[in-house]
Amino acid sequence: MTGRHVLLIEDEPNIIEAIRFILTREGWKVDSHAHGTGAVEMVQKTDPDLLILDVMLPGRSGMEILRDLRALPEYENLPVLMLTARGQMRDRDMAERAGVSRFMTKPFSNTEVLAAVRDLLAQASRP
Amino acid sequence: MASFNLLVAVCLGYVAILFAVAFLADRIAATGRGRWLRSPLIYTLSLSIYCTAWTFYGAVGYAVRSGLEFVTIYLGPTIVMIGWWWGLRKLVRVGRSQRVTSIADLLSSRYGKSNTLAICVTLLAVIGITPYIALQLQSITLSFATFAEADPSRGWADVSSGLWVAGGLAIFAILFGTRNLDANERHHGVVTAIALEAVVKLVALLAVGIFVVWGLAGGIGETMARIDASPIGEWNVDPGRWSAITFLAAAAFVCLPRMFQVMVVEIDNERHLHTAAWAFPLYLFLMSLFVVPIAAIGLDLLPEGTNPDLFVLTLPLSQGREDLAMLSFLGGFSSATSMVIVASMALSTMLSNHIVMPIWLSWTGSAASVSGDVRSVVLLARRVSIVVILALGYFYYMLSGGGAGLAAIGLISFAGVAQMLPPLVGGLYWRGATRTGALAGLGVGAGLWLYTLLLPGLGGFIPDTMLQQGPFGLSWLRPQALFGITGLDPMTHAVMWSMALNALTFVIVSLITLPDPIERLQGAQFVNVFEHSTGLRGWTGYVAQSEDLLIMAQRILGTSDAQTLFQREADRQGARGHLPEPTPDFLERLERNLAGSVGAAAAHAMIAQIVGGASVSVEDLLAVADESAQILEYSSQLEAKSAELSRTARQLRDANDMLTRLSAQKDAFLGQVSHELRTPMTSIRAFSEILRDTEDLSPAETTRYAAIIHDEARRLTRLLDDLLDLNVLESGQVSLNMRAGTLAQVLDHALSSALAGAERKMVVHRRPEMENVPLYSDLDRLAQVFINLASNALKYCDADRPELTIRVQIQDDMLSVDFIDNGRGLTDEAQTLAFEKFYRVSGEKAGGAGLGLAICREIMQRLDGDVTYLPGQGGGAFRVTLPLREGGRGIDAAA
Repeated sequence: MTGRHVLLIEDEPNIIEAIRFILTREGWKVDSHAHGTGAVEMVQKTDPDLLILDVMLPGRSGMEILRDLRALPEYENLPVLMLTARGQMRDRDMAERAGVSRFMTKPFSNTEVLAAVRDLLAQASRP
Repeated sequence: MASFNLLVAVCLGYVAILFAVAFLADRIAATGRGRWLRSPLIYTLSLSIYCTAWTFYGAVGYAVRSGLEFVTIYLGPTIVMIGWWWGLRKLVRVGRSQRVTSIADLLSSRYGKSNTLAICVTLLAVIGITPYIALQLQSITLSFATFAEADPSRGWADVSSGLWVAGGLAIFAILFGTRNLDANERHHGVVTAIALEAVVKLVALLAVGIFVVWGLAGGIGETMARIDASPIGEWNVDPGRWSAITFLAAAAFVCLPRMFQVMVVEIDNERHLHTAAWAFPLYLFLMSLFVVPIAAIGLDLLPEGTNPDLFVLTLPLSQGREDLAMLSFLGGFSSATSMVIVASMALSTMLSNHIVMPIWLSWTGSAASVSGDVRSVVLLARRVSIVVILALGYFYYMLSGGGAGLAAIGLISFAGVAQMLPPLVGGLYWRGATRTGALAGLGVGAGLWLYTLLLPGLGGFIPDTMLQQGPFGLSWLRPQALFGITGLDPMTHAVMWSMALNALTFVIVSLITLPDPIERLQGAQFVNVFEHSTGLRGWTGYVAQSEDLLIMAQRILGTSDAQTLFQREADRQGARGHLPEPTPDFLERLERNLAGSVGAAAAHAMIAQIVGGASVSVEDLLAVADESAQILEYSSQLEAKSAELSRTARQLRDANDMLTRLSAQKDAFLGQVSHELRTPMTSIRAFSEILRDTEDLSPAETTRYAAIIHDEARRLTRLLDDLLDLNVLESGQVSLNMRAGTLAQVLDHALSSALAGAERKMVVHRRPEMENVPLYSDLDRLAQVFINLASNALKYCDADRPELTIRVQIQDDMLSVDFIDNGRGLTDEAQTLAFEKFYRVSGEKAGGAGLGLAICREIMQRLDGDVTYLPGQGGGAFRVTLPLREGGRGIDAAA
């Protein structure tokens, strides 16, 4: 099983700590970035197997970051799990058009997040 | 010696002849024959009604009293006829093209169909002419009396004879003047009878003159010698009086209602004026030729004290020439009757058209349609008016007692009607003349005429003391020496003042008032009458008319349509290839066609203009104007509607934009709230699940995660509190708890709350001596604002050693409290957004939801103050302002 590296882009420190705790216990390596600006560079630098992306970020929104990434050939198929606290239908539509892999509304249950991460990585590792 | 009965019989016979002539002339005119009826000779002779009994008898008396001054009476009209015939032609053209019935009608028509003006002119004319009619009664009565004295077989009572004469003249005038309804229609019968009377009076005067010169004086040389010997021969000329009376006679010649009647209303052909221009002065010359000889010989031969006004009659009588006296009597009778007939006809037309009929119509409320009913009412009104006018004349005659000289009464009358001259001439030549100007001028002129001439002349109306000292002792208002100008004879004085101030008022008021649209229209029609009408020359031939019609039709219908129409018509008339004759049928079809393009009234007016020769009536023009106005109004209504539509569309668009904006704002707000609520909930849920599901947590981890849950729960509570607070403040349902306190107390409380237990230490600089300010406000809310500002300073001040300065100022009953820290302060962007909801300084996670400053602003606005950012203080700086109120009488506690 390749790739157990997750990049988390989230500005809320408590949420970062919670997700990091959950995923680390399951044997994943978690990097985090707390700002919208510099998020794409962070992806390029850490080259994660999966990206967890918040929507409302200081600097740039998660939607913009996702669109930028999908425009790059090497991240066309990067699994992206998007988390949003706004939870409006419009956001889900926008996210899907921007090329999101999975969309979840905060607050989430820890098992849901784990399941989604496993799922996405399994899909990605399939030829 | 002729008996009195014979005299009466001759009079009745003469009247019967006149009737017969009038009747025959009417019959002949009705059959269309008798071109001589419309000859310039008849027209010229009819103008001779200018020479009334006043001129027939009175000129001799005038000459006896004032020498050659009587000539002025003939000079005025002569000057007008010779020197102003072009002006008369314009008057005649206007009168015919406007179909006016009287001078009152003409003036009212010129000044926008104003009946007020017509009424004023009518009243002025009636007042002015009444003495004149009295004069005719007097002359007839006097001449009767002269015969009666000469015939002792018959007693003669002056008064009753006057009544008989007045009644007879009334019947005469009614029978002659009101046989036809249309006042505009020429009265051929009356005019012919008047022409006959003109011949009789000229012949009579010439006969008496010849008898006097050759029969009594014995030739011309002898006569001249006798004249030289008499006082009449002395040329005693007062230039002022001469020019005044000449002017008066000229003005009266144009303005007298009876002159207007024969000169303008009764004219058949404009070219008659050319003949009259020399023939009428000749007539006047002949009438005046023997005045001086008769006066001189009469003074010589007749006993002292004989009335010189009757020399023409008494000279032949004294010589036993009763045949000549009878002729002379008939001449005087002719002069009087012709004047009374025409004057009462003219005045009755004015009275009935402008006063009686409007009143009758408003009483009965019936429409002014010329039904049989109305026709009989009009005739009745005219007849009653004639009786009224003669009755007025008779009463004036009774009142004045026949004492004053004939000439004096005549001049007073002249001066009255001369007041119409400024608006008449102004109306013909000056488009700027307005109705208000005409009314004002007439009022001033008529008032001065009454005051300076008519009332003093009547005797008894104005006491002698007033004549000599002025009313209320105001000497400058003396009726015969206005403004202190003395030494003028009363006539010159009155004419000068009344005419000058009349004209001046007319001009000045016209200049400062604006004519209404109908006045403008009429003004143009009058002033440019020669461009608007084609004269009275009659038809210019059918072909020329057809060409004009085609040209006009092409302009309106377009060339091909018009030509098709005319060709089809020519075919129908069997004249293929030629222009069609303008038959009534064709004209009717053409008018209908044109009406489709320009409206019925305009079409009618255009065709009338070409075919009818002259007359586009006022009604036609007004109808055109009405139609144009309707079209204009319709199109402006359309414009207004389309403007309204686009306005409505714009409003809808605005409303839509507004709703969209509001909806977007609501979405953004809900999104914000959702985000702010879900974020702490996410942490709480995640760490709760970790605590629940993870068995091997270290005690330190357990403690830490429980603390996070606790913090986030508190954050959530705070957020909900803020949201509710803001909602309450924004909805205006907050109740303020107003109470008294000092600023120092509030600051103490707020700073201790904000800084207590903080991890960072912050130095606060205060100046307690400034803070002892009594307040009356919601002190808890004010403290909430101070706490918020102090907490923000503590949270966001990025200095190593944070300091906060509290600065208090009072200016004009406004308290301002500044919170200034020593950090970097807010960026420009942050300054503008700081008070927006959910705004947080970028990157900061200080635990607030970004509602603090929004709430502060809401609170301060509730307290009638404000909170603003103070740029340029070297750090973050917020200013709270609050109006100072004394306890107990501040704002409503329940605001």
